[in-house]
Amino acid sequence: MMRLRIYYPVIAGAIVIVVLHLVLAAADATYYMTQITMSAYYALVVIGLCLLMGYAGQISLGHAGFFAIGGYTVAVLTTYNLAAYRDAPLLARCHSLGLLVEWQDLYGREILSFSPWVAFGAALLLTAIIALVIGMPVIRLKGHYLAMATLGFGLIIYRIALGTPILGQADGISTVPPFPLFDGLQVNGRAPFRVQNYYIAWAVVLTAVVLSLNLVHSRVGRALRSIHENEEAAHSLGVNTYRYKLAVFILSALFAAIGGALLTHYNGSIGPSEATVMKSVRYVAVVAVGGMANLWGVLLMGILLNFLSLRGVFGTFDDAVFGGILIGMMILAPQGLLRVAGVRTIVSRLAGRSHG
Amino acid sequence: MNLSQIVQYGLAGITVGSIYAITAIGFNIIYATTGVINFAQGEFLIVGAMTAISLSRIAPLPVAILGAVLITTVLGGLIEIVFIRPVKHASVLRLIVITIGLSILIREAMLHVWDEKVRSLPYFTGTPVSTVTILGAHISPQILWVLGVSAVIVIALTLFFRFTRTGRAMRACSDDRMAARLCGINDRWMVTLSFMLSAGIGAFAGCVISPVTQTQYDMGAPLAIKGFTVAIVGGLGNSMGAVAAGLFLGLLEALVMSQFATAYKDVVAIVVLLLILIFRPSGLFTRSDVSALRTV
Repeated sequence: MMRLRIYYPVIAGAIVIVVLHLVLAAADATYYMTQITMSAYYALVVIGLCLLMGYAGQISLGHAGFFAIGGYTVAVLTTYNLAAYRDAPLLARCHSLGLLVEWQDLYGREILSFSPWVAFGAALLLTAIIALVIGMPVIRLKGHYLAMATLGFGLIIYRIALGTPILGQADGISTVPPFPLFDGLQVNGRAPFRVQNYYIAWAVVLTAVVLSLNLVHSRVGRALRSIHENEEAAHSLGVNTYRYKLAVFILSALFAAIGGALLTHYNGSIGPSEATVMKSVRYVAVVAVGGMANLWGVLLMGILLNFLSLRGVFGTFDDAVFGGILIGMMILAPQGLLRVAGVRTIVSRLAGRSHG
Repeated sequence: MNLSQIVQYGLAGITVGSIYAITAIGFNIIYATTGVINFAQGEFLIVGAMTAISLSRIAPLPVAILGAVLITTVLGGLIEIVFIRPVKHASVLRLIVITIGLSILIREAMLHVWDEKVRSLPYFTGTPVSTVTILGAHISPQILWVLGVSAVIVIALTLFFRFTRTGRAMRACSDDRMAARLCGINDRWMVTLSFMLSAGIGAFAGCVISPVTQTQYDMGAPLAIKGFTVAIVGGLGNSMGAVAAGLFLGLLEALVMSQFATAYKDVVAIVVLLLILIFRPSGLFTRSDVSALRTV
C-alpha cells in the first residue's frame, strides 16, 4: 500500500493532462499544445538534472551539451544522404536489415539515410559513452571545481556544434524527418499531428517520472540522498559513492539526450543555440525553483517556465527572468517554491493531506 | 617563423595572458576571504569598460576611467551586501548558483542599459595604427599599457596584502575566519571589501583592454572562464601562481593561433582546464597536500 502511494500523483498527473487537452479543445486554443509538447521535452532534461542535483547533490552546468548530443546525433544520422554510397557492402547490408530508409525531402530529393530508430539508439549509445568518459574523472570533483568542469564540457560541445561543417555550424541542421513510432503514431511537429504528439510527449515524460520515482524510493535513492547529506559518512557506511554518482550522472545525461532527440524530430531542426551555457543555466534554475529534490515540483516548474518562455511572455527579459529566479530562490527559498510556508499550506490542502 | 614573428606572437600571448592573470587575481581575492568562486567576475570587467566608455563622452579619459573604477567598486560592494551577505550557513552549491544568477542579471542589465553594440575606449596614447617596434615586431602602444597596468596591479596588491593593516586582516580572514573574528577583525566587512577590491581591479583591467579587444555586453563569461582556468592552474588563492599561469595560457593560445585556426583557441583553454582539474586540481604551483586542506 505504501509502495503504491508514490504513484498516485502520476495518475493525478495523467488526469490533469487529459483535462488540459479537453479545456484547450473547448476553448479552441489547441495551438497552445505545441508549446506544451516542446516544454515537456525540455522537462525531461530537468527531471534528469533533478536526480543529479536534488538527490545526489552534484551540480552540472553542461546538461545542454547532452541535450545537444542527443539532438545533433539524430539530426545528422537521419538527414545525411547516403545515396552516393548505396552500393558499399556495409551499407547494402544495413539496407537489407532495414536499418536505412528512403524518403524525399522538402525539395523532392531522394534521400537514403539511417532510420530514426537506428539514429535514436545511436544517440543514446553515444550519450552514454560520452557521459561515462566525461563523468569518470569529473564526478570526483566537488563544489565549484565540478561546476566549472561541467561548464567547460558544455562549452566544448557548443564550440564543436558551432565549428563543425557536418553539424551545420551556426545554421544547425534542418529538414530532420518525423520519427514514426508505430501504428501511425509519429513524432512530428506539423499541425495535424498536434494532439497525438501532445500525448506522446507526456507519455515519455510520465514514464521518466515513474522510473525516477522508483529510483528515488529504492536503495539507490537512499544512497544518493546519503551522498547529498554527507558524502564521507555515506562512504564510511559502505556506500560506493563514486559509482552511484557516476550512474546518476549518466542517467541524467540520457534523459537530456532523449529530450534532445525527440524535440529535434518534433521541431524538424536543431541549432547551436540549444547547446549554449545559458540553456544549461536555465535547466539549473528550473531545478532550483522546483525545489531541488522534488520531482513533481521540478516537473511543474519545468513545464510552466518553458511554456511561458516559448510563448515569449518574458520578452527581452527572458534570460534575466531565469537569472533572477536563480538568485531569488537561492537566497529566499532554497527548498523550492512549493515548500515556502504559504504555498505549502495551499498545496497540502489541495492534496488533502500533508506532504513530507 | 622568423624572430620578429616569434616576438609578435610572444607579445600577443603575454598581453592576453596578463589580462587572464588580472581576472584570475579577482577570483582569488574573493575566494580567499569567502571560499566562493564568483562567477560574475568577468562581468565586472565589462561593466567597468562600458561605464568608462559612457563617461569618456563627458569627461577626459583618465577621469572617466577613474569614475568607472569607483562606480564598479561600489557596485561590487553593493552586490555583496545585497546578495551574498543575507545568505546564512550557505552551502558552496547555493553560493555558486547565486553568483551564476548574478552574472546573468548583470549581463542582461548591461544589454538594457547599453544595447548589444560593440564599443571601445579610445587608445590611451597614439591612434589605432600607431606602433612601437621591438626586435622587428610592430606592436600597439596600448599593449604596453596593458602590460604596465597588469604589473602595477600585481605589485600593488602584493604590497597591500603584505604591509597594510587591512590587507593583513583580509589574509587573516582567509586563513581562519573564526580566529580572525576573535582577534577583533570585522570579517563581514572584509568580505565586502574583497568584493569591492576585485570589482575595482576588474573594472580597471576592463578599461585598459577595451581599446584592443573591444567591449560587448556578453564578453564577460568567456573572460571569466579563462580567468578561472588560470586561477586553478596557478592554484586558487595564489596570486603569483596566477601570473605565471596566465602567461602560460596566453602563450599557449598564441602558439595554437600561430599554428592552427583561431576557432580552436578557446577549446585549448578549456581542455587545459579539464586536464588540470582531473589530474592536479590543486594547481601546478601548489603542493597538493597543502591545498587538500583548503579545498571544500
